[in-house]
Amino acid sequence: MSEYLIELKNISKRFGGVRALDGVSLAIRPGEIHCLAGENGSGKSTIIKVMSGIYTPDEGEIWIDGAPVGSYDPIRAVHSGVQVIYQDFSLFGNLTVAENLAINSFLLEDRKRMDWARARQMAKDVLARLGVKIDIDAEVESLPASGKQLVAIARALLAEARLIIMDEPTTALTGKEVDALFGIVRDLKAQGIATLFVSHKMREMLEISERLTVFRNGRKVAEGPMSEFDEPAIIRAMTGLELEETPYRPDIDMTAVPALEVEGLSVSGLVNNVSLTVRPGEIVGITGPIGSGRTELARALFGMETAAARKFRIFGKDAFPRSVQEAIELGIAYVPEDRLTEGLFLSQSIERNMVVSILDWLRKGLFLDRKAMRSRTEEMFGAMQIAAPSPETPVGFLSGGNAQRVMLGRWLLTGAKILILNGPTVGVDIGSKAKIHQIIRGLAEKEGLAVLMISDDVPELTGNCNRVHVMHEGRMVATFSGDDMTDDNINDSLKALR
Amino acid sequence: MKIFQSTEAVIAAVLILVMLAIGFINPAFWGVDNLFSLAKSNVVIGIMALGVLLVMIAGGIDVSFPAIAAAALYITVRTMVAIGYDGVVLPFIGACVLGILLGAFNAFIIERFKMIPLIVTLGTASIIRGLVLGLLGTSIVNINKMPKELIAFGKVDLVSVTAANGATVGLTAMVLVYLGVAVVMHLILRHTMIGRSIYAYGGDAESARRAGVNIRKTIFFVYCTAGLLAGFAGLLQASMIWQANPRDFVGWELDVIAAVVLGGASIFGGRGSVLGTMLGVFTLVMIKNSLILMKVDTTWQRVVVGAIIIIATAITAWRDRKKLA
Repeated sequence: MSEYLIELKNISKRFGGVRALDGVSLAIRPGEIHCLAGENGSGKSTIIKVMSGIYTPDEGEIWIDGAPVGSYDPIRAVHSGVQVIYQDFSLFGNLTVAENLAINSFLLEDRKRMDWARARQMAKDVLARLGVKIDIDAEVESLPASGKQLVAIARALLAEARLIIMDEPTTALTGKEVDALFGIVRDLKAQGIATLFVSHKMREMLEISERLTVFRNGRKVAEGPMSEFDEPAIIRAMTGLELEETPYRPDIDMTAVPALEVEGLSVSGLVNNVSLTVRPGEIVGITGPIGSGRTELARALFGMETAAARKFRIFGKDAFPRSVQEAIELGIAYVPEDRLTEGLFLSQSIERNMVVSILDWLRKGLFLDRKAMRSRTEEMFGAMQIAAPSPETPVGFLSGGNAQRVMLGRWLLTGAKILILNGPTVGVDIGSKAKIHQIIRGLAEKEGLAVLMISDDVPELTGNCNRVHVMHEGRMVATFSGDDMTDDNINDSLKALR
Repeated sequence: MKIFQSTEAVIAAVLILVMLAIGFINPAFWGVDNLFSLAKSNVVIGIMALGVLLVMIAGGIDVSFPAIAAAALYITVRTMVAIGYDGVVLPFIGACVLGILLGAFNAFIIERFKMIPLIVTLGTASIIRGLVLGLLGTSIVNINKMPKELIAFGKVDLVSVTAANGATVGLTAMVLVYLGVAVVMHLILRHTMIGRSIYAYGGDAESARRAGVNIRKTIFFVYCTAGLLAGFAGLLQASMIWQANPRDFVGWELDVIAAVVLGGASIFGGRGSVLGTMLGVFTLVMIKNSLILMKVDTTWQRVVVGAIIIIATAITAWRDRKKLA
């Protein structure tokens, strides 16, 4: 028996002129809990696809159980016991749990007949082995994210996994669910099954992982037992930069008229009696598990949900936006969570993406005032520090961080005074993230914007906000400010939720 | 109560309500002659709907099946007339093979060029109709020229009774053919791996690929089966109405798709059942026939079918979205 279950030795992979992986090595022992960290574009997803046999490396060797394998393809990967759980779980929402679990092996065995009795038995057995209770006849669509993840893990077990690779497994989970997941991963370890977490949530990874590998720009930059690392060290390795963000603690005129003052806001079944005040220059954070109503709250403030409120004041005046158009006229801007689907036109230029919200103002007779359009865009293009050759570049070519800044720029062009940001740095590199934070703080401090920041990323909130509210099941369940507003306090509060 | 959550139960409840309403307005609805004729009207459209059901579960759509049915019907009957052949089994095999070939053409274009099924089948429908009319002509083969055995087959009755007005009315044996096709389709969808692959592919194409579903095989199976059922239903229509009209089935795509959606199939793919589809077909046919019974002008039938499509789609879309949320 070899020391390692799988070893990747000096793997290189090129796409066109881009070196996605540059001589990286990664070795995983049986039963090991290993974490692979790295920013977007560091080669994390490429190495997952090499390990699952989807990509063939240009250079380098793959060893399984201490012996080199000649050709390594998806079928070989499965036979070697390598299973990947992608972020979307690759499950069939329209099929039952039992069928989801059985279908892969039935297809692999090239069966002709669907053996329901066997499928249900397989499902029962494997879920018992995992020690979880899930209705095997329920449609997967009806399960919460954590349930879907368990089904995906169970499916990997059925495929006789020896190594389960999980891509950002904790993103959709609540604190309690993360604990449950870690419990299961430890059980799997006891059964000799290794886990490779691919994640950027360092805090959680520090808790569970035994070994760490860090990638940057397609190279391995750090490796070793987790005990040798702390959070700053990992971030240093990931970014190659010393990023020390000082918390945002501006002087706020607490007597000033609030930019946004809401009392008793409800959206049927989703948001329940929420009150909120944001003054000019303040950055107020909201966090809570997915489904806590935080997104619906943001959408309601922006006139996108049918909502009711006892009080809804903008700069002291009663106003309740009933549509996006009204919200924009009231000076509210909303940068959605999923900017790719909700906001940006990927094939269109940065310029067109930016001016789309102010087209009415740029009208000159029947046509658009191209000159004004250009000058407004160039100004914002500079202010947002977008890394692109020109405002003509299609947004689809930009990185996540730059795309997010295009979105910010669009809303600032409307002259918004209240900025609602939902997951402002989701899918954004740590380096780019710091730049976005700087821009947001600058807007609050210098321009006096009132900012509402919704995020999963607790350090992002404690680092940038004056105040953080925790939401759960549509209600505000806790508020932190001043010295109470620490990562630990907020994390504890999140974990205490059901 | 689980039974009320099942889509089929809801459709059945709607069906019964509509039945009671129609029967209340016009008691002639409950006449044996009307019920038998209603059953008869279900056969051809029902068989076509089962084909479309398959396509819709796979997340696609097929609007070429009326053209395929008309082509299979007309080519088969004209060939029989030309060579002086009479019979039942061989012509049906011929019509089915024609349907499979045309379905395979759809599948080939959709799979090979990754094109949207609606556009592809709109195009093939036009091509097929044009070719048939251009190459074979437009003349209708009437009862005096129709092969006798084919007509005799369509005339077989299961039972006949004497209706209230003294006339003898029969229940066509073709309902057995329809039920047979339905049972086979149900077994395929529910108890074979190809059937489950169709659900998987319609539920999430990318996951299906990762799980090892043979995508090409699934697409070909779906469109070829839809073609086969269209071809079969086409010739069955000829034997039941005793004529072969190359322009038959114009506008049927709307009725059939409406019936399938009414039967609970999702326009997003991944959902639908044989029982639901049969109930959907029955409801649609019953409403259309009853409009005639109630002497509503036929032009209004188009309004009703259109409204049914929109309402049924809205309900199923709402259902699916609620599940996704």
